[in-house]
Amino acid sequence: MKAAVLVFPGSNCDRDIAVALERVTGRAPAMIWHKETALPAGLDLVVLPGGFSFGDYLRCGAMAARSPIIPAVRDHAARGGRVLGVCNGFQILCETGLLPGALLRNAGLKFICQETPLVVSNANTPFTAAYGGERETVIPIAHADGRYTADENTLNRLEGEGRIVFRYQGEAPNGSMRGIAGIISDDGAVMGMMPHPERACDPSLRRMGGWGVFQSLLDAA
Amino acid sequence: MKAIVTVGLKTGVLDVQGKAVATALKGLGFDAVRSARVGKVIELDIVGSDAAAAEADVKAMCETLLANTVIESYRVEIKS
Repeated sequence: MKAAVLVFPGSNCDRDIAVALERVTGRAPAMIWHKETALPAGLDLVVLPGGFSFGDYLRCGAMAARSPIIPAVRDHAARGGRVLGVCNGFQILCETGLLPGALLRNAGLKFICQETPLVVSNANTPFTAAYGGERETVIPIAHADGRYTADENTLNRLEGEGRIVFRYQGEAPNGSMRGIAGIISDDGAVMGMMPHPERACDPSLRRMGGWGVFQSLLDAA
Repeated sequence: MKAIVTVGLKTGVLDVQGKAVATALKGLGFDAVRSARVGKVIELDIVGSDAAAAEADVKAMCETLLANTVIESYRVEIKS
């Protein structure tokens, strides 16, 4: 599988994503600076990592979504290439419009960093197929702005089309509407999620809840 | 010219910061406060003297970057 990780000023999970991708797929991804205007040829996957791109100024992900590399990401997605956004990457994807809705300040106003039990609510996607019959997993979250918000029509459509891929178990720690932790685009090519699968992807730490995301992408490539 | 852009969450979008501000004000004894909404003000210094052209330009800036119209609304005021 050929992957690339975008790097914005303020990204801080880019290396973790690269380590996880290499561990699961056996191949290191290309690291692409946001000022590039083209992606390497023949990519299967582009990852927008977590962090605080552009210091979260104006709105989380707002500046990054207008970076020079973004048109190439749109083209990649339009060709059916896969795009994964984690945490700040999810916020960026919402800001680009590649995914619907927005991520607002957590309901409790606090930054939350904790292991988070999730429901894999759709294991029939290229991002989640490896979870198979295993419908629950644990992946850490670490964010202040993860409360997924969209209008009722959008929420109903997401739910009706099986595009809510990950949900928080029980009450959402950040107040997300419908307990949404991760969603997928209508064509199944783009997924955004607030939990960090790259932080639960190391057998030596005995935290493997995120492995399925990368394994699924590898299997689908 | 100056342009004053006011951006805030749309009516109906839960503003948790506004809620916290209202609760704090009430806690301080300002009982008249019914609710609060927190937004932001962006002041732009604009080249030129055509107010109508500037307003159209700033609205384009709002649509492109300054506001996320999925959740936010904005107001533009031009001061010459």
